[in-house]
Amino acid sequence: MAVCIMVIVKENYPFYVRSIPVENELKFHSVVHTSLDLVDEKISAMGKALVDQRGLCPGLLYPTEDYKVYGYVTNSKVKFVTLVDSSNTAHRDNEICSMFWKLHNSYTDVTCNPFPNPGDRIRPRVFDNMVTSLMTQVC
Amino acid sequence: MEAAAGGGCGSGPPLLSESEQQCYSELFARCAGAASGGPGPGHPETSRVASGAATAAAGPVADLFRASQLPAETLHQITELCGAKRVGYFGPTQFYVALKLIAAVQSGLPVRIESIKCELPLPRFMMSKNDGEMRFGNPAELHGSKVQIPYLTTEKNSFKRTDDEEKQETQSPTMSPFASPPSSPPHYQRVPLSHGYSKLRSSTEQMHPVPYEGRQPLVQPEGPSSGGPGTKPLRHQASLIRSFSVERELQDNSSSYPDEPWRITEEQREYYVNQFRSLQPDPSSFISGSVAKNFFTKSKLSIPELSYIWELSDADCDGALTLPEFCAAFHLIVARKNGYPLPEGLPPTLQPEYLQAAFPKPKWDCALFDSYSESMPTNQQARDLNRMEKTSVKDMADFPVPTQDVTGDDKQALKSTLNEAVPKDVPEDPATKSGLLPPPPALPPRPCPSQSEQVSEAELPSQLNRAPSQAAESSPAKKDVPHSQPPSKPIRRKFRPENQSAESQEPSTTISGPASGASVKPHPTVQKQSSKQKKAIQTAIRKNKEANAVLARLNSELQQQLKEVHQERIALENQLEQLRPVTVL
Repeated sequence: MAVCIMVIVKENYPFYVRSIPVENELKFHSVVHTSLDLVDEKISAMGKALVDQRGLCPGLLYPTEDYKVYGYVTNSKVKFVTLVDSSNTAHRDNEICSMFWKLHNSYTDVTCNPFPNPGDRIRPRVFDNMVTSLMTQVC
Repeated sequence: MEAAAGGGCGSGPPLLSESEQQCYSELFARCAGAASGGPGPGHPETSRVASGAATAAAGPVADLFRASQLPAETLHQITELCGAKRVGYFGPTQFYVALKLIAAVQSGLPVRIESIKCELPLPRFMMSKNDGEMRFGNPAELHGSKVQIPYLTTEKNSFKRTDDEEKQETQSPTMSPFASPPSSPPHYQRVPLSHGYSKLRSSTEQMHPVPYEGRQPLVQPEGPSSGGPGTKPLRHQASLIRSFSVERELQDNSSSYPDEPWRITEEQREYYVNQFRSLQPDPSSFISGSVAKNFFTKSKLSIPELSYIWELSDADCDGALTLPEFCAAFHLIVARKNGYPLPEGLPPTLQPEYLQAAFPKPKWDCALFDSYSESMPTNQQARDLNRMEKTSVKDMADFPVPTQDVTGDDKQALKSTLNEAVPKDVPEDPATKSGLLPPPPALPPRPCPSQSEQVSEAELPSQLNRAPSQAAESSPAKKDVPHSQPPSKPIRRKFRPENQSAESQEPSTTISGPASGASVKPHPTVQKQSSKQKKAIQTAIRKNKEANAVLARLNSELQQQLKEVHQERIALENQLEQLRPVTVL
């Protein structure tokens, strides 16, 4: 089950964080931050050949003892990173990627709102709901 | 049903007695019904109240609390204690706890959670019944006056008036449930409650004007900031919005949808369509996000609220608003400005399909609105939006009609001052003579700057001045025309100070000859001239003052616009930051 989902903008700070056991958020922050380098690495390694119409899905970035970190990059260099519980090994890359695609779709819906939303990202409830459903469903 | 509702939150506030349960759930239904239009006309037996998804809106709840006549500080404490601040809304639990606290405070207990643990009398049914009665009495009030102070006083009056008789009724029912809950006291109780129900049912029909009315104090104080003319159309608009809400009630009573505040009336629909056309001439295409953003930002709602409204109304999430989406968004903004809290989801009456079905696309060729939209360019709209008028169409339609006439006159008058057209003085002179003033002593050549001001005012884009000058003109409308004339005379005097007596008199005598015919003699010319001068100076002073007022208003409006432009600029810069060209990682 996805334990944490983060949306990181181009400037490499988290735009949206959602984690299920909320108290571990700080730990997730540091894990995700360190995994950003991996994302960059993989992207530069993959080059332009694999640019999917739906975005780059490097997939599994890094398995730690507790979690597996998956990453995804959009065209506008917005990264989605998710931590999945290691106990659930039945996931395949495709599932993760499809989850990311859904995330991407609802993220674009959110960005269509022309009114600037400086810091507070919790307002788009649709996005929120979708994220919650994703997180619980991916188990 | 109500017992279920009460029982559902029985774990929160301890042991609501049956009477309390009924009373509270009735109040809650009313407050929730006001906001989300859930349980129809106040009928408490619908399941929607007990579904727990209903929340009481802050507006009616605040009204209710205020009706309990507790000081504001106490109400704040109560709100905090009951947890509404914490969760951000008045759910059933919070509402019931708040009501119990109110009862406690009214019984003289301190505002603490422990207070509600003891047996309490009901929180003064006067709060509920008088509330219903007050609200019932208010719409009658509404149709008449335009001031909101009577609202508060009538509230208190009705409160006091019915207080005594209500107390008699309520004292006995309150005692009996505490003793034991046999079936007879509930019946007995139900008598006053059903009395309250019938009142409620009829009053909730009319209840919606109340939140509008109650919100007028919020809406109105922003009016004076735009100056005198602002308040005039604002009050006009206030009454019209109220009339809208009443019309809406009447319409909704026949409809199947209980969401009264979210239904768009015909006039509103036309107004929205008109605004859409002003932004985007083709009615079947979109308004882009940035255009819509500029437009809605002028409504001065906060940005999170606007983004929330956008989120609700842009159903297909494409970053652009089609006409039904635009109407929905506009309607939500109007509702929000009138104090309605925003709904959780798009109400069914605002869904695009519904809007498209209910109001077919035509009416583009409504001649009135064509002329209206032509005569009101965007900056004028900006000005009107600044005044926060998502006003009625009638109000807007009023604008072109009188102003065109008046500005026509005004321009004509001013042009005549420029040219010093002689024939203009003819109708003018007797007017000044009739507009008699006690002759002031001094005789400075001041009128000259006033005339130049007038001229410059006329030269300003007429639209810019139309709104401020509309009120300026509508009140002293009659006087403007004559008053524009006197500057000509003092100017002539200024140019020829020595020959004042002869030369200014000559034209005026030749002019006033056919008109008055009494002032031709050179002998009384001196006296007459001084009195004329004084009159002229008085009128010039008045004109100056008016010009000052107009310019001051103009100034304040421009200041506001400047502020907004600044804000827009900041927002744009933010966006630019975010949207810097996408570079490689």
